[in-house]
Amino acid sequence: MRALNGWLIAVYGFLYLPIAVLMVLSFNRSGMPTAWGGFSLEWYGKLAQNPKIIGAAWNSLVVAIWATAISTVLGTLLALGVERARRSAAREALLFAPMIIPDIVLAIALLSFFTLIKFTLGLRSIVMAHVVFNLAFVCAVVRARLKSYDWSLNEASRDLGASAAATFFRITLPLIGPSVLAGGLLAFTLSIDEFIIAYFTAGAGQSSTTLPMQIYAMIRFGVTPEINAMATVVMGLSFVMILAAQRLNRGRLPGT
Amino acid sequence: MRMISRSATWLLMLPGLLWLGLLMVVPCLLIFVLIFFERGIYGGIDWGAPTLENVTRVFDPLYLSIFLDSAVIAAVSTLAALLIGYPAAYAIVKAPPSRQTALLFLAILPFWTNYLIRTYAWIVLLNPAGLINSLLIWLGLRSEPLTLLYTKPAVVLGLVYSYTPFVILAIYSALQRLDPSYAEASRDLGAGAAQTFLRITLPLTAPGVAAGAVFVFVLSVGNFVTPDLLGGGKFQMVGNLIYDQFLSARDWPFGAALSALLIGLMLLLLFAQAIATLRARGEHARA
Repeated sequence: MRALNGWLIAVYGFLYLPIAVLMVLSFNRSGMPTAWGGFSLEWYGKLAQNPKIIGAAWNSLVVAIWATAISTVLGTLLALGVERARRSAAREALLFAPMIIPDIVLAIALLSFFTLIKFTLGLRSIVMAHVVFNLAFVCAVVRARLKSYDWSLNEASRDLGASAAATFFRITLPLIGPSVLAGGLLAFTLSIDEFIIAYFTAGAGQSSTTLPMQIYAMIRFGVTPEINAMATVVMGLSFVMILAAQRLNRGRLPGT
Repeated sequence: MRMISRSATWLLMLPGLLWLGLLMVVPCLLIFVLIFFERGIYGGIDWGAPTLENVTRVFDPLYLSIFLDSAVIAAVSTLAALLIGYPAAYAIVKAPPSRQTALLFLAILPFWTNYLIRTYAWIVLLNPAGLINSLLIWLGLRSEPLTLLYTKPAVVLGLVYSYTPFVILAIYSALQRLDPSYAEASRDLGAGAAQTFLRITLPLTAPGVAAGAVFVFVLSVGNFVTPDLLGGGKFQMVGNLIYDQFLSARDWPFGAALSALLIGLMLLLLFAQAIATLRARGEHARA
């Protein structure tokens, strides 16, 4: 038992040490991985003055907000329908597919599709692509909540004369609200971090470069303290959002 | 109980299903159409005469060897992730119930964060002037930096690092569903701890192991980011090959053929996993 716990601690070390090193180095004045030159926020300042990074971060934000809004609405409706419809294996497969399909396959499929129908590539095509997998994740989160939902509440509401819309907004939505919000937070995190599909469906030019695309371009050229700072910001944001989603959903995220 | 008409449930599902149909199913089917055409002169597709050339080209020894190489790297990564993840998941299941959610969350958290940054962290650690080499030299264990980055082991390490959280999750769910009385009965009947694990616990959690394995293998084979960043582009994997056909070589039909092979492989593995799950359930029923 003690050996098992020791192993678990070692695994946590393996998972978190690389990230921790990155975060510590981002505050290192010397910018070197080996020499500590004192605590400094210098690299964060550099980051804030880099117009390419700011532009890419803005693009990512726009994409993530749109993709989250669309997928949260569609995913929640989908979950409400699926949980009350007769179970269908084909539909289950369709809802599971976006979560397991390799990114590169969906990426080239969408690139070919958008090109064929002559849809102009840009931020809009990235949003459309991101909704595909976000939708599936939101739907899964909301469905998990609906499994323990008491549908007789809806019956009671309707029996007492409330319309379907009033029942939804005053009974169902307040009860499933936290899981909808959790699904939305998850979608936002996935979208803002997604690289491969965005890379293929963005088209050319800086105007549709997202933050992960910018990060990729930068890390291919090597290690810089500026990337460490950017990585710390991005990781910190993800941690906060996932933690919030987890709290809202009381540990029922797919994957937790 | 569900006093909602069939047409109403369909209406709720329609927008989402349409989105998936139009932007996932149709594009994926398109891949299978592209295979049978030639590349256009300026990239894209020449919709002229259909051809089988791309299908036969995929089985060219050159490309088959890349497929084989990727499969080996993916298999080694999968095995390593399972060996690391299984005991970790086991330790979490054995922890007090009140702490399990937090422990599992801690294991999964990295998985939800930026993949590029998690991979970049290893460049920081492994490069010649990086932390590991500096430490080795400082300790006097080496006089020259080791070549750690841009090697096959670095690629495997990156893949294992990225996908171990998912393996822990899959095996944890399987272990948690397992009725502890089976293992207790085995011990009561005189089996040792090792024998109980190998003959009771491991077979009954095989579906979880299979689910984790399929996931790691498929995502590793089709990966192009990790081989590019940690392999320095020296080792092509199927993902890199597909990437090149679409973004550099501009031979989309051939890239589509390679992707189709990847999809086929994935479906095959999922099918095998479904069978493993059914088998395990059968044994569970008999046990």
